[in-house]
Amino acid sequence: MSELSTRERIHPGTAPGEDYHLEIVGEGDFATADMTLSIGPAHPATHGVFRIVLEMDGERVRSARPVIGYMHRGFEKLAEYRDYRQIMALVNRHDWLSGFSNELGVALAVEQLMEFEVPDRAQWIRMLMAEWNRVLNHLMFVGSFALELGAITPMFYAFREREDIQHMMEAATGGRLHFTYNQVGGVKIDLPKGFLRTSAELTTITRKRLVDYRDLILGNEIFQARTKGVGALPTDVALSFGVTGPTLQATGLPEDSRVTEPYLKYGEIDVPVPVGENGDAFDRFFCLLGRIEASLDIIDQVLDHIGPGPVNSKLPKMVKAPEGATYVRTENPLGQLGYWLESDGGRTPWRLKMRTPSFSNVQAIPYLLEGVLVPDAVAVLGSVFFVVGDIDR
Amino acid sequence: MGVMDQIELPTPIKYVFNWGRKYSLWCFNFGLACCAIEFIAASAARHDFIRHGVIPFAHGPRQADLLVVSGTLTDKMAPAVKRLYEQMPEPKYVISFGSCANCGGPYWDSYSVTKGVDQVIPVDVYVPGCPPRPEALLESIMRLQDLIQGESLKERMERRRRDPITLAAAGVPERESTT
Repeated sequence: MSELSTRERIHPGTAPGEDYHLEIVGEGDFATADMTLSIGPAHPATHGVFRIVLEMDGERVRSARPVIGYMHRGFEKLAEYRDYRQIMALVNRHDWLSGFSNELGVALAVEQLMEFEVPDRAQWIRMLMAEWNRVLNHLMFVGSFALELGAITPMFYAFREREDIQHMMEAATGGRLHFTYNQVGGVKIDLPKGFLRTSAELTTITRKRLVDYRDLILGNEIFQARTKGVGALPTDVALSFGVTGPTLQATGLPEDSRVTEPYLKYGEIDVPVPVGENGDAFDRFFCLLGRIEASLDIIDQVLDHIGPGPVNSKLPKMVKAPEGATYVRTENPLGQLGYWLESDGGRTPWRLKMRTPSFSNVQAIPYLLEGVLVPDAVAVLGSVFFVVGDIDR
Repeated sequence: MGVMDQIELPTPIKYVFNWGRKYSLWCFNFGLACCAIEFIAASAARHDFIRHGVIPFAHGPRQADLLVVSGTLTDKMAPAVKRLYEQMPEPKYVISFGSCANCGGPYWDSYSVTKGVDQVIPVDVYVPGCPPRPEALLESIMRLQDLIQGESLKERMERRRRDPITLAAAGVPERESTT
């Protein structure tokens, strides 16, 4: 055994001159080769088809490299071939958990270019739907994050609420995931009878069930042990990566476009912004639950304000945005969503550039994964909330 | 598979054999995009397709009988789907869930999307919709069970050996109208 060199011991059967791509660390009997671990694109520990290549030193991650593009569908290019009505059905699919918020951004951008005045009721309806969509999105992550840490039950709880909310939204919009309810100048049709009452009932029910989530997940000893102090992200690092949404709020910065740069009628109501302290996985989850509660508060306020009136305005046969460019940023469930819309006066945009929250949020993953253990890597991946379609567009 | 695909079973035995197979489908979900969310919804409490004998928690493709491709397949992703499909043991079935997996869906003119998963692997049942409702998945599973009940494993494997990519001309049998 002693005649063998370190390299031969670790890689038996390889010639000394052969090219190795693995680095050997340590000396003598403690020498180990780094292992390259490719997780994904289809792996149960990551949601969606996110692929990440980890350089491992034993159980510890030395460096991580996300490999994206497995879900690249070319939204920005396709948008140049769709007119403004068709774009609504296209953009709500890039972040498939927040369809309404996506189309809202485009609708606002087109209206800004056309200098369109949207009726009050339409604006309140948009806010109502956007907040319900936020609840839907966050419930999904509540379920999936717990699932990745090994708890199956919260998934079923989350889907119990999701089904109720989806059923209600389907009554108004006709869609379960992709609503296509916005149009330039307002929303497609008015709310069905009884929608506001159902909304009020569901906020009460959901709020009651949030208490269960808090007890079940946040109060769980195993959950706390696996998430507290794991993947802590300082505020300045988060800002330098462009991280937004619950991941940024968990670091203690109450940044939210609905507050800092209100659109629709968010300026007229009180928008609570939950913040964390350490920016670790536990805080990110805490903020996620807090944002559900905040959305329910907003829905209650919207229900007080919403009044009768028209929900859309008469449009010309062909919607054409005048020549020019605009940038609209909205608070998507996962963070800040920006649309840079440039028009040359034609039926279709000349350029639609997306700034999607998930893309910016995953930039922080290599930083977060450095030096963590493999089981913690799963907790970090699950707690930086992202949708793969939103990363790759 | 042993002799099961070599000999034609007598009808009563075939009936019992297929009946056993159709209610123990271990399903591997290849969740790609939006449709995967509806797949999860179908496996959750309200729609619950476990009552149809489909177990959605196969540990991997090697333990699965049924592959559900749900979502947009991109050209970059296609080799992975093919590889996972090849890892599955025979007899294996594929459900293409959603417009993207059927034909490219809303990305029919995209430069990076594979226009249908059937360009890569053979598909037994197509489910239209963008995304299809969970009920549509339940229906597709029932149609697949009809196919399994009516088929002869020997014939299926012969066709597979002759042409591994295209499936059965026989297709899914027509269901009697329930209305």
